[in-house]
Amino acid sequence: MPEEPRFDTVAKAESTPDTPQPFAELGMKEDEYDRVRDILGRRPTSAELAIYSVMWSEHCSYKSSKVHLRQFGEKAPESDALLVGMGENAGVVDVGDGYAVTFKIESHNHPSYVEPHQGAATGVGGIVRDILTMGARPVAVMDALRFGPADAPDTRRVLPGVVSGISFYGNCLGLPNIGGEIGFDAGYAGNPLVNALCVGVMRHEDIKLAQAPGPGNKVVLFGATTGPDGIGGASVLASATFDEESHAKRPSVQVGDPFLEKLLIECSLELFAKDLVVGIQDLGAAGVSCATTELAAGGTGGMRIELDRVPLRDPRLTPEEILMSESQERMMAIVAPDRLDEFMATCAKWDILASVIGEVTDVTPEEAERGGRLVMTWRGETIVDMPPRTASDEGPVYERPYARPAEQDDLQADDAARLERPRTDAELREQALRLLGAPGIADPSWVTSQYDRYVLGNTVLATPHDGGMIRITDEGDRGVALATDGNGRYTRLDPYTGTQLAYAEAYRNVAVTGARPLAVTNCLNFGSPEDPAVMWQFAESTRGLADACRQLGTPVTGGNVSFYNQTGSTAINPTPVIGVLGVIDDVNQRLTSAFGRDLEGARVFLLGETRVELGGSAWADVIHGHLGGLPPRVDLAAEAALGELLADAADQGAVAAAHDLSDGGLVVALAESCLRGGVGCSVELSGDPFVELFSESAARAVVVVRPEAESVFAQLCDRHGVAATAIGSVGGSGLAVRHSDGGFDIPLEELRAVYESALPAIFDAE
Amino acid sequence: MTARVGVVTFPGSLDDRDAARAVRISGAEPVSLWHGDADLKGVDAVVLPGGFSYGDYLRCGAIARFAPIMSELVPAARSGALPVLGICNGFQILCESHLLPGALTRNSSRHFICRDQTLRIEATTTAWTNGYAPGQEVVIPLKSGEGSYVAEAATLDELERDGRIVARYVGTAPNGSQRGIAGITNEHGNVVGLMPHPEHAVEALTGPSVDGLGFFTSLLSHLASGSPVGAGAR
Repeated sequence: MPEEPRFDTVAKAESTPDTPQPFAELGMKEDEYDRVRDILGRRPTSAELAIYSVMWSEHCSYKSSKVHLRQFGEKAPESDALLVGMGENAGVVDVGDGYAVTFKIESHNHPSYVEPHQGAATGVGGIVRDILTMGARPVAVMDALRFGPADAPDTRRVLPGVVSGISFYGNCLGLPNIGGEIGFDAGYAGNPLVNALCVGVMRHEDIKLAQAPGPGNKVVLFGATTGPDGIGGASVLASATFDEESHAKRPSVQVGDPFLEKLLIECSLELFAKDLVVGIQDLGAAGVSCATTELAAGGTGGMRIELDRVPLRDPRLTPEEILMSESQERMMAIVAPDRLDEFMATCAKWDILASVIGEVTDVTPEEAERGGRLVMTWRGETIVDMPPRTASDEGPVYERPYARPAEQDDLQADDAARLERPRTDAELREQALRLLGAPGIADPSWVTSQYDRYVLGNTVLATPHDGGMIRITDEGDRGVALATDGNGRYTRLDPYTGTQLAYAEAYRNVAVTGARPLAVTNCLNFGSPEDPAVMWQFAESTRGLADACRQLGTPVTGGNVSFYNQTGSTAINPTPVIGVLGVIDDVNQRLTSAFGRDLEGARVFLLGETRVELGGSAWADVIHGHLGGLPPRVDLAAEAALGELLADAADQGAVAAAHDLSDGGLVVALAESCLRGGVGCSVELSGDPFVELFSESAARAVVVVRPEAESVFAQLCDRHGVAATAIGSVGGSGLAVRHSDGGFDIPLEELRAVYESALPAIFDAE
Repeated sequence: MTARVGVVTFPGSLDDRDAARAVRISGAEPVSLWHGDADLKGVDAVVLPGGFSYGDYLRCGAIARFAPIMSELVPAARSGALPVLGICNGFQILCESHLLPGALTRNSSRHFICRDQTLRIEATTTAWTNGYAPGQEVVIPLKSGEGSYVAEAATLDELERDGRIVARYVGTAPNGSQRGIAGITNEHGNVVGLMPHPEHAVEALTGPSVDGLGFFTSLLSHLASGSPVGAGAR
């Protein structure tokens, strides 16, 4: 009689239906487990349980967010630009001349708290593979980061680690880092946000999809070997709230090898160019489980895998561990048998390990009806026999209860208008400087100078400008601009409006570069979806974004949801980070935020209308430590008009510089533009100088108009219905502010000292 | 006839396409060279581009030194015949290959540094710098984690004495380089190693200046003159 295998098999599962299984430890609810038993008509094998547990985790299945995310499709504006929409690895938009751009932002928050360097590094690696998987050459990255208070001891552990991780991985991959944001708030102390964005460029005909058609086609795993790193990362680490035990989970953060990823990029692009793959998927969260089920689900539905053929870093790994491993730098391709030799030779050229681990199979109509048939063997025994679509597409969907929390009224009633305002010019001056030196506003060079912004040679704009801009080919002048924004304070005060403000700011940051906004990605960072108050924030936030995107005609192309961002029962401020992509026909027409020395004498105009809007402002936070009231009003029509005006003005060369107004209002914007260009400016304010300087009303920007183009500019403002107020001119050795009652001056050197010393004073201190 | 300038791609090279673009903008024809082929394809000069060859594992440039292409390149460069410009990781490879003395070590800040850097060009008779005026200040991006140049005092003295310091950082060296050294040349002046990236200062739109173009146009003047190069401004 043959010896019974020491691992779980389908045969064993059939003969031992009552064996208790650790579904709860794997993060599965009892009803979810029961559904798996229903689908299979027996208990799952431990390998099947591993697959279902990771594929049905919040992180992979979007089970709590799905019902809300549907709005992005249902309310999507008509857009001819959208070539691939939500649901693939990343959305793809047409940018003209036969070129397409794919972009997406994704979180790696929890791993970056546990192990900041590797957590952030592998966050970059993961999003870059998503973009590569679409068939595109990755051309730039950006990062949206949030940390606890800058001077908190743990921030000095987390921030330098995150920055070094992004720097290490992104620089070594040869991708320019062209922008992003950095913010600080006590709520992020135990739960930093690390959101990484990548953008890639391809020709329309080069788009690749995650699918496995054609029975007989080979399933090839290529890239890194599979090791024990990141096991359980998807279901345990990314979907569970931090508690005391998180420190014991250190080994479950993945370890990155950017050199291998660089080779994987070049190798994959060569494979694509030679047309050697019919389907492709990167291995990210849930590793082999995700890649096989999604590829199979996107194809015939049938696939047969010999799990023994997966090359291992550690021969002791069990089949369940192989299925759940999140070892980085791996891809899975579907390859026609007659192209296999050439595929393998190309991998060999790039020193990339490639192994055939299975093949696409046909399914019977009955099997197709059930969701396909994925079979995996181990040591000759069948350990998985399941319908892959039930794991990849038909996971649980929750209508989580949500309710506006009672304290929201109190929060909104606590109006910032009651805060004590500066009464003298000396106080105005002093508070302006305090804002400029606040860690979330001050010069981010301590962080961004660790990132390569030049590599690939097509960076037109990068940090500190409002948006990053990349020329997409060497042959032409076409470019894309990108910006990310998110303000957790606004969103906390009003999730619907706050999310629209984040969107509006990103839209505006693209517009001030001269580009026309085209499409949106988002990374929605929230607390626990099991908390009705958090779920209300999420519902409001998604509704706000979907409505805004519909109104301004920019479809959501994809994104990512990160729940469980909380420490104990305290959630972070809801922080949807919105990325907007725009297109510019001629990058030579781009606008920068710097008031250059060549502009001395040119007039400075304030575009848009300033109201008394201080709720959630940087002023309320930095000067008073206050969060209450309502955020600024959103006027999307005004944002669109401002965007149209700026694009036309850039196109016609009427404007020489443009800078959006956001955190800290006019005074911060003027100081930044002066510092970036190395020249001063003087402004004369007609209204209440405090409101004019510190209010954060949306849909505003400052521009410098070319003297010879003032009449053209005035006509454009008229045509687009944008209020333009001449507030002063470029020149002088500092920021000179005058109002009906007096004024103040701050020399450039003083602005510079405050602005540039803030982060080094904290992070270079021994 | 158009000069043909090879750009070597090692596994992990990153600025190879940028170096090729700079070669093209200067008016020469870039030729891709592959690390695994011991074949220089008859090029007139070679650029070893920036990046992290072989992941910079072991030590920056230490593995690239043994690539098949280097078996052809090193003798030709050592004899003074073949002009070679090593940029950043390329500079590190030239040091590891003993075509240039000294070594590049971790920045004194221990961080990667990306910044627009002002340099003073000193040696202006090399194959790659003859188009600059002695003492000319240029702004070129510096982007590296291991750019601190170190050598024995005797070597540094010799480099100074022989006029083989090609460029120095103006002001304090941001990476802690000894004697502010940003680039050096060999005794023939055909091999130049430079830590900052001149290929990223060849277009006003994408670089801080076009000051870097001079390295590539200098090469063309050198090749056109047919005269041997000499180190230093003696």
